[in-house]
Amino acid sequence: MPQAEVLPVETPEKIDLAEDFQASGVADILRELDEELIGLAPVKQRIRETAALLLVDRARKKLGLAHETPTLHMSFTGNPGVGKTTVALKMAGLLHRLGYVRKGHLVSVTRDDLVGQYIGHTAPKTREVLKKAMGGVLFIDEAYYLYKPDNERDYGQEAIEILLQVMENHRDDLVVILAGYADRMDNFFKSNPGFRSRIAHHIEFPDYSDEELLRISQAMLAANEYRFDPAGVEAMRAYIAARRGQPHFANARSIRNALDRARLRQANRLFESGAPVDAATLSTLTAADINASRVFAGGLAHERSAAQ
Amino acid sequence: MRITQGCFSFLPDLTDDQIRAQIDYCLRNDWAIGIEYTDDPHPRNTYWDMWGNPMFDLKDAAGVMMELDACRKANPDVYIKLIAFDSTRGFETVRTAFIVQRPKVEPRFSMTRTDVRGRSMNYTLSTVQP
Repeated sequence: MPQAEVLPVETPEKIDLAEDFQASGVADILRELDEELIGLAPVKQRIRETAALLLVDRARKKLGLAHETPTLHMSFTGNPGVGKTTVALKMAGLLHRLGYVRKGHLVSVTRDDLVGQYIGHTAPKTREVLKKAMGGVLFIDEAYYLYKPDNERDYGQEAIEILLQVMENHRDDLVVILAGYADRMDNFFKSNPGFRSRIAHHIEFPDYSDEELLRISQAMLAANEYRFDPAGVEAMRAYIAARRGQPHFANARSIRNALDRARLRQANRLFESGAPVDAATLSTLTAADINASRVFAGGLAHERSAAQ
Repeated sequence: MRITQGCFSFLPDLTDDQIRAQIDYCLRNDWAIGIEYTDDPHPRNTYWDMWGNPMFDLKDAAGVMMELDACRKANPDVYIKLIAFDSTRGFETVRTAFIVQRPKVEPRFSMTRTDVRGRSMNYTLSTVQP
């Protein structure tokens, strides 16, 4: 029998990174990120850098240069409502396009999904979640709740151990993103050095500026086919400035809630006026809808009394 | 005696990569995958031991492989099979099952003939463990 001819493995000599960038669909994801997310400049910058690193790494692999799968586990820190979950979703898409996760789905969990209620309950529960996240991205929101230093019998520690083990052994199979508020995440990493060293990318999410929040509110309204009239825009601007100083301010989430309430007031206003309405009236929020907010009176009743 | 049950049992044993490809196929079809093991491969033994619960909502074969490896580690010398359950209305049954591990020495079967009522004959098949 003639010897089967061994085909030489074809290695290209040159790789056009720009073309690779377009062809892999990474360009699309980054563009989406730019268009859909307002503000967050440092985050976008970090994601662009990460994408560049991964593209270069992939090119090195194609050319047969030494490469090892980079550690892709990340931590997202920032105040509530700054878009951590949204960015994680985009990140999953990005890693999928680059071929670093096979399926590119996002599994979003909190402590409740990982930690059990009695002895022997935690490990199967955590493994269950990890199995579902395989091939995609596991997003652990408010990760610091996993670790409760005041209770040494807390089952969170068990979940942490399993997580660390899988993060190390299944680096090719899944990417873990830990998210939470900056200061508490810092404490969490201090008390769990294993996590800190296994996470390569720490991305900090800044708060939105007033101007950015205004643009976000307009984008949110546009998505539901609503808009402000000119006086409404000014009222919203004043609302944002007032809301920021009050407790429980959660950036874009506060804005979303405010808009929901404004729509409620608008509906009431239109209903009580009794006049026939057209499409334009139905989709316009006016200053009156915003100005009726309790925020201008200094917040909820008990917060006002606390302030005094 | 080499047991031939389920899919692929007349082929050489599947490698891990081949198993992974089969699992991916099952997951693409939205089938839930269960791992079962037994030391008694008698054809009428339909109830193998379950290794954990069947796995629903998985996206990638790596999750199943993780459990399979754990099962292999705990039961190195028994039969292990993967079964894929289809919950689609009208099917609601196992759509495929295949053996992914065999013991080093497989058991034999012996058949006992028993005379009953005149010339009638009852046949009993039993597993003979090596």
